[in-house]
Amino acid sequence: MDETLRKDLEKKACKVRMGVIEGVYNAKSGHPGGSLSICDILTYLYFARMHVDPKNPKMEDRDRLVLSKGHCAPALYSVLAQRGFFDPEELKKLRHIGAMLQGHPDMKHIPGVDMSSGSLGQGISAACGIALSGKISSSSYKVYCVLGDGEIEEGQVWEAAMFAAHYKLDNLVAVVDNNGLQIDGKITDVMSPMPIDKKFESFGWYVITVDAHDFDALERAFDEAEKISGKPVAIIQKSVKGKGVSFMENQVGWHGKAPNEEEYKSAMAELQKTYDSLNAE
Amino acid sequence: MADVIKKATRESYGEALAELSAEYPDMVVLDADLAAATKTGTFKKAAPDRFFDCGIAEANMMGVAAGIATTGRKVFASSFAMFAAGRAFEIVRNAIGYPHLNVNIGATHAGISVGEDGATHQCNEDIALMRTIPGMTIISPSDDIEAKAAVRAALEFDGPCYLRFGRLAVPVINDVPDYKFELGKGVTLRDGNDVTIVATGLMVYKAVEAADALKAEGINARVINIHTIKPLDRELIIKAAKETGAIVTAEEATVIGGLGSAVAETVTEECPVPVLKLGINDVFGHSGPAVDLLEEFGLTSANIAAFAKKAIGLKK
Repeated sequence: MDETLRKDLEKKACKVRMGVIEGVYNAKSGHPGGSLSICDILTYLYFARMHVDPKNPKMEDRDRLVLSKGHCAPALYSVLAQRGFFDPEELKKLRHIGAMLQGHPDMKHIPGVDMSSGSLGQGISAACGIALSGKISSSSYKVYCVLGDGEIEEGQVWEAAMFAAHYKLDNLVAVVDNNGLQIDGKITDVMSPMPIDKKFESFGWYVITVDAHDFDALERAFDEAEKISGKPVAIIQKSVKGKGVSFMENQVGWHGKAPNEEEYKSAMAELQKTYDSLNAE
Repeated sequence: MADVIKKATRESYGEALAELSAEYPDMVVLDADLAAATKTGTFKKAAPDRFFDCGIAEANMMGVAAGIATTGRKVFASSFAMFAAGRAFEIVRNAIGYPHLNVNIGATHAGISVGEDGATHQCNEDIALMRTIPGMTIISPSDDIEAKAAVRAALEFDGPCYLRFGRLAVPVINDVPDYKFELGKGVTLRDGNDVTIVATGLMVYKAVEAADALKAEGINARVINIHTIKPLDRELIIKAAKETGAIVTAEEATVIGGLGSAVAETVTEECPVPVLKLGINDVFGHSGPAVDLLEEFGLTSANIAAFAKKAIGLKK
């Protein structure tokens, strides 16, 4: 990846993380851990990969993204705001009465949200539907779907996995955010979905495993995915839950808890420091 | 009665889809390994490249339908009522209902007239379940003609729509020159001022039979066919409550939360009159020929007439 682009994406992802903390802090509830683990992938997709136009969010041939792990809406909202779909000030009203930004993605009211989601296991089915519709009309658009590694414990995910391979949906890329933690603990302790790569492979998918926090690696992964025809692609991204805020990293307790004022200030200060150092380089 | 044509509304559903396939070259139909039974197979024959079997996976099928709808494409998703409204309920609620997507759910084999398959497949709860989803339109046609008109109406209507079809062949009753289907509008089939019978689905022809029998006894029963259960034709129901002072509802579904409940809720708000609900009375069905089951569970014209007399007796 071009050095300037990588730097730029790193800075943008840092801003996206600040938006996540801002949103969850002001909401006094929400899911910072899993949001922070997908900030890099969403930043990469919306700023370097997807064909979207913030001025025309319903553009017919746009690439679509379904956030199947809908509870990580703060990350999606933050990246959409950074990308210009709406005013970042909206993040401060996340989950408030009368606010545009609902606790989980709402396609009816939020520009840039391609599918309402939040009930786990459902987004991937909708992504299959969008991909199938595109295939029927020979449209050029791509469909990206981001799932949690706990989420794939839902049986519907595997119904969808069968469907996507059966109908050869090579315009669909599913990203599994493998941060290893879910509400009740480690995914391997709660209900192990491992081995994730072998499962998708055996369902007829092309599988790529990638470091979720390395933009060069992400670019290589999506370039590789682009070349695959005749089957859907699953990108298993090895991520760190809470990535970027040291006291949240790999801590299951930060799955669904908002920071208090002190924690908020500490998180924002750390992210600002990261941003400043990226800027200075 | 020998010349009465009988046809199951699931047949009408399949034929209507096939007929509309040329007019709507973009529309697609999904099924979950039941195309031979839901009759979407008829569409598959007419437009094989626009039929997609989802296998035995109704939850995914509803989600796929939702995704297709986001792209502006017309879509029908079909299965038995038990699985479309029952198994897939939460997906219908969250992925179709909440974003108010233009998905048509073609649910066949509704009610106890599924027959021999027994209780596991006799879905009496679908109307109640679907009624609780905000913005869901529910259509329960009474015969072949109405079923075909309903499929077209659903296709042309923008928003989530649940269509309820039956397995059992039922008499064609809407074969009249001025027949017109209007979404959300009830149809008065018999006029009368002593009592009103509000019926839906295969109970409509039985309601007409009941009214004719009552007439012979000097009782003038009004018969209203409610093909659109939601949104309910409130105006017509309130008018009937005011003018006849007593109502009987008849449906092949549980009396909890179905058409009867919808009618009772409406009249108690604006014009409280006795409402007697004929339907499946909070019990599971069992195996047996459909016609015998309808008899056993009291879904007969004789019972509608008995309920009508009882309702008249309750008038103040």
